[in-house]
Amino acid sequence: MSLVALRGVEVVRDGKTILSLDGLALREGELLALLGPTGAGKSTLLRVLHLLDRPAAGVIEWRGVPVAWPAPIDLRRRIAMAFQDPLLFSGTTLENVLYGLSVRGVPRGAAREKAEEALRLLRVDHLSHRRARTLSGGEAQRTALARALVLRPELLLLDEPFAALDAPIRRHLLEELTQVVKAHGITCVYVTHEQGEAFSVADRIAVLRRGQLLQAGAPEDVLLRPASRAVARFMQTGNVLAGVVSRRTEALSEVVVGERLLFSRTVLAKGTPVDACVRREEILVEPPAGGAPAPGLNRFPGAVESVVDHGATLHVRIDAGFPAGPLQALVTRRVAHDLALRPGHPVEATFSASSVHLIPREGSPDDDLS
Amino acid sequence: MTGVLASLGALLPAPGELLGIVLLSLVVSGVAIVISMLVGVPVGIFLGLHRFPGRAFLVTLVNTGMGLPPVVVGLGVFLLLARSGPLGGLDLLYTPGAMVLAQVVIATPLVVGITLAAIQGLDERLHLQILSLGASRTQLYLKLVKEARLSLVAALAAGFGSIISEVGAVMMVGGNIRGQTRVMTTAIVLETRQGEFASAIVLGVVLLALALGINWLFTWVQQRKPA
Repeated sequence: MSLVALRGVEVVRDGKTILSLDGLALREGELLALLGPTGAGKSTLLRVLHLLDRPAAGVIEWRGVPVAWPAPIDLRRRIAMAFQDPLLFSGTTLENVLYGLSVRGVPRGAAREKAEEALRLLRVDHLSHRRARTLSGGEAQRTALARALVLRPELLLLDEPFAALDAPIRRHLLEELTQVVKAHGITCVYVTHEQGEAFSVADRIAVLRRGQLLQAGAPEDVLLRPASRAVARFMQTGNVLAGVVSRRTEALSEVVVGERLLFSRTVLAKGTPVDACVRREEILVEPPAGGAPAPGLNRFPGAVESVVDHGATLHVRIDAGFPAGPLQALVTRRVAHDLALRPGHPVEATFSASSVHLIPREGSPDDDLS
Repeated sequence: MTGVLASLGALLPAPGELLGIVLLSLVVSGVAIVISMLVGVPVGIFLGLHRFPGRAFLVTLVNTGMGLPPVVVGLGVFLLLARSGPLGGLDLLYTPGAMVLAQVVIATPLVVGITLAAIQGLDERLHLQILSLGASRTQLYLKLVKEARLSLVAALAAGFGSIISEVGAVMMVGGNIRGQTRVMTTAIVLETRQGEFASAIVLGVVLLALALGINWLFTWVQQRKPA
């Protein structure tokens, strides 16, 4: 059974629908990463999940039982939330962590024990008597997490909690947090802009845009099998090529894209208009070899249009005659060096049929994340 | 030196009377500021946290109220408490109760306005954070008061300062009756009118000393480092 399920939930503000979800269910103990551009409705969704905002329509179920409004405080107290800014109160670190316990009426002695344990868990116990507002960014965020975790919430909502921290501290804290959340079986929703972060911790990923849930699924599905062009673009697929299925076999679809023919392992009916998605890192850039490619292998000769250095990898655009523009590929420094990639250089872009995911096309092909 | 002190003593009202005037000033203004805080702080927090139709109008009223001329307040309270007024039956006119009421009307908008500004000055996500830690509505308000306490001490100081030094309203509704409604400001006016400037100056110095002492206390509370 789901811990929380939203059914037909709509949130309206100033006469405008800012969140509209047909359905979203959080499984017990899972860590769901919530991705989406700014203004997608992520924070609004967290408020709804926290039972702080009553939706204009729809039902929120807690373990299968519809939530009555206003949400009972006992139910609300099973949920805790931490924000991008630690939002620490005046007083000491320990007092901050004690706050949620004190509003629940936990006796002072027991509360202190729990608070000290939470501070130890987040490795800020040595700072328990420091003024909370004198802590460094990382220490403050650890305190904010201890303040939420000490409540042993059944549902923990994290709204970009590490966004303001430096990358190494962020990675470290994320690892520790994931361990704690998993060890205690806490269901967690983690909002982030960082896709890498989401993939490193999430059991499932949900993509939200303009208040609507575009896709929720296993990280690999969202990454390799996006449900729509918008998700593909948001997941930085790189190549989304509009075409039509011209032939299908038991294991392959042939897709006409302009004057090019693509093979895909996604099998769809002949005549289906599709968006063919090929991730940048799936494309192999090689010297021109000539000859026919192996069955099911996509191989397109072309010329390098541009090379952009990203440090460890280089972003190569290859003009291979596709109407939507050049193919985009990511190559390592070593490959770029060995092939001496530069604009005008002849190359071949190769990728397997299983690297091509087909999305039956509906709506405008320009439907994009913005 | 003894001679100077003796001359100064002769200028003052009798010690008992002076003490009575000082005490009445403190009691009237003290009770008024307590009532203003009890009313004004929750109203300021409510206006600071909630958006609803008519809020902008209420905030405009509060802002206007912060600059209400005391004599206008005095006139309004006088008309309210006059025998033919809507609250005439309470028989409060020319009593300390009437003076408290007038001072509450003067101080409350100040308290509401400063509280509103203090709450709006807090990070707007703070109340969300407090609620997310399981606070009830009352616990939320108490926590916000704690977080905004420095500004609330400023509201207390501003409100108290405005009424302890106010003369127009208390004169109109209190009547400056010796031994009953005479406070320091009205006594100063009376002494000045009678040409007893030295006595008025001494009373003025006492009033200033009191204001200084009370504000020192507020400042100490506001600025001290928490334990």
